[in-house]
Amino acid sequence: MNLRKVRTVGELQNLRLRLQSSPRTRRLVSLSTASCGRASGALEVARALEAEIKRRGLEETVELRLTGCHGFCQLEPDLIIFPEKIFYPNLVPKKIPLLVEETLVGGRLVPELAFSPGPGQGMCAVLEELPFLRKQVRWLLERHLTLDPDSLDSYLEQDGFLALEKVLSGLSPEEVINLVLASGLRGRGGAGFPTGLKWRLAREAGGEDKYTICNGDEGDPGAYMDRGLLESNPFSVIEGMIIGGYAVGAAKGFIYIRQEYPLAIERLERALEKARAAGLLGKNILGTDFSFELELVRGAGAFVSGEETALIASIEGRRAFPRQRPPFPVVRGLWGRPTVINNVETWANVPLVLQRGPAWFSRVGTSGSKGTKIFSLVGKVRYTGLVEVPFGLTLGEVIDEVGGGAEPGRQIKAVQTGGPSGGCLPASLFQLPLDYESLQQAGSIMGSGGMIVIDESTCLVDLILYFLRFAREESCGQCAPCRLGTRQMVRLLEKITRGEGQLEDLELLQKIGWTMREASLCGLGRTAANPVLSALRHFRQELEKHVLDKECPAGVCRGLISYQIEKERCSGCQRCLESCPVKAIAMADDGYPQIDQKLCTRCGLCQAACPPDFSAIDKINRKETGSSAGARGE
Amino acid sequence: MMKNEPNLKDRLERLVASIPAGRSHLILFLHRVQQEFGYLPEEALARAAEYFTVSPAEVYGVVTFYSAFQMKPRPQHELVVCHGTACHVHGAEAIHTELARLLGVEPGKEDQGKDVTIRRVNCLGCCALAPVVVVDGEYQGRVTRNSLEKIVERLSGKK
Ligand SMILES: Cc1cc2nc3c(=O)[nH]c(=O)nc-3n(C[C@H](O)[C@H](O)[C@H](O)COP(=O)(O)O)c2cc1C
Repeated sequence: MNLRKVRTVGELQNLRLRLQSSPRTRRLVSLSTASCGRASGALEVARALEAEIKRRGLEETVELRLTGCHGFCQLEPDLIIFPEKIFYPNLVPKKIPLLVEETLVGGRLVPELAFSPGPGQGMCAVLEELPFLRKQVRWLLERHLTLDPDSLDSYLEQDGFLALEKVLSGLSPEEVINLVLASGLRGRGGAGFPTGLKWRLAREAGGEDKYTICNGDEGDPGAYMDRGLLESNPFSVIEGMIIGGYAVGAAKGFIYIRQEYPLAIERLERALEKARAAGLLGKNILGTDFSFELELVRGAGAFVSGEETALIASIEGRRAFPRQRPPFPVVRGLWGRPTVINNVETWANVPLVLQRGPAWFSRVGTSGSKGTKIFSLVGKVRYTGLVEVPFGLTLGEVIDEVGGGAEPGRQIKAVQTGGPSGGCLPASLFQLPLDYESLQQAGSIMGSGGMIVIDESTCLVDLILYFLRFAREESCGQCAPCRLGTRQMVRLLEKITRGEGQLEDLELLQKIGWTMREASLCGLGRTAANPVLSALRHFRQELEKHVLDKECPAGVCRGLISYQIEKERCSGCQRCLESCPVKAIAMADDGYPQIDQKLCTRCGLCQAACPPDFSAIDKINRKETGSSAGARGE
Repeated sequence: MMKNEPNLKDRLERLVASIPAGRSHLILFLHRVQQEFGYLPEEALARAAEYFTVSPAEVYGVVTFYSAFQMKPRPQHELVVCHGTACHVHGAEAIHTELARLLGVEPGKEDQGKDVTIRRVNCLGCCALAPVVVVDGEYQGRVTRNSLEKIVERLSGKK
């Protein structure tokens, strides 16, 4: 690591050229070690690899690089061997000796270790053959495959700080803003506001002190694009923010990261130190008269603090209460000064825009949404992970082609986008293109990029109840429509899951939803009803089934199901008796176990405990047992 | 419990000295205190009010607003059940209930005098591994009822 100060633009250029032209003498082996990888045992695999490389004396010929997220979360931990890009998924330490022996020493592929999309479907030995990569355009994610997130050199090698170099070699702040504006880059945090315009408004706002903020609060459950970026390529966010600071006329910026992301915080802290030591942050950056400093702020766990005015309050050391807008932060933000707040992914796109130019950037996407967008594709889909696709790809292309469609034997029912502010779009709408406007017209939003696929085993009522409980817990309580509306909605939905709902309740949900949308103080309350409103629009039948027929088609709502033991299949092993937490199962006089429906809480543990050979316990509609007076679940 | 900590004041003062003044560092200070003690002792709140020249009520307001802060000492073991959307559709609620049952703690009252606590978290962002449980800081993905039993066994072993 070169920790000497880089004093001029020329020196930076030389340093990069030197790094890029030094011949690669060792084979690069890249192991994904972001949080998901670590949770799947990547560090144990790394230790095994290190030991084996050493044991075989390969240190001179092989370089093991612990990178961030490759995006193939389902296949973690995974390894890519360059230059061929040989791909090995789902590694465990005991596979390592064979892998090293065959591939690193012998130069041969190990078919048993390669990825196969399914039985009889052959294998995908090299990265490009992965079905998951089809249709992706990985401008940002591609770099994660070879970057060492902790190394400034590694970033420089990949044209890091080339954009900053360009900017500081002679572009005026206005020119920078015009380039960003021309690229069509829009905010990736959800609202899709044009980034260049936001910068211009802040630049034109009066006053000396101005600030920039990176919003890394990523509160939407089911979304982790920003975590992926921060953990894998922290310098790109830093470079974007330095450029933003220059354009806006700010001398100080803040990176706010939620505390649930300890690795992202750690990596950013290290990257900031290195950037400071190299003189890329601080006074007179690269010998120019532009000075800029960045400070990392750790969140403290509150969804609403992702809302921009709340986030500002949080940085000021206060409770994260949102406030009325206007005035917008570009006019009155942090400590009352003009402030630009952008999402992590927005900032990470900035160096790309300036390095490649607006024409290059805007050739991908739709007329209104330019470039690529990262989504976290999760839930009931075959391949889950971080995917980066051009705007304008259809939902179906992402879910069925990139994601490989439903899990075997299942059927996809819908996709949830936009987190607690979004909605569920049914499979019949999967021809919709991914851009800000299309999804909004269909009753959801694109949001920051969470995409949770659900199949027939997910109950829509249960899912919207989940989101409304979330909103109720996270509502800051300042304004009545949000504070009371979320409570009322939870109460009504709980009633429906118990089988006590009435048709009027659906109308009431709609009315409350409209009120919240019109009258809430901030975006949280204004959008909190979206999951319900979109369900009423697209899944009315499923809701009515709960209300009119007292049936939960997915078999999830505990108040509407019950368990029953089929004597013909029962072997009398009594495992169900032992498994029942509330002792609702007892042996009846006929020698078979029987469930007391009054005691049963429908937890399903007995069904799980029943040996698969017998599978004697059925989940059935509550109605059919004729025991509607039974215990109430959730 | 405070009475058994004669050096609480010293440790607190050392932390104060490491934080620049100015109200915007209040949350940072609270994070550091919690890191040091595992929770926020009352004395720390009082000291924060003094140091950042805000009212004790203000400090208390901040502490209770954010879910990261707790005013009671942490039990020996901490289990965190992720309730992100992906975990939810993969059965996080049932996992949570079952975990509570296996550990013999009442759901919702999970820090009552036991040496283990179960906490909910909104989303850890490891959605592809859903459902996720964190055991004393160690992430475990694709948790099943069977693996819960192993987790609980291991915890009882550790105690
Ligand atoms: C309740 C709520 C939560 C939000 N959470 C986030 C978040 O976690 N990350 C984010 O970038 N934007 C979030 N936003 C949007 C921000 O207010 C803001 O629009 C965004 O950070 C602007 O950045 P962009 O223009 O680059 O998208 C949230 C908004 C609301 C109403």
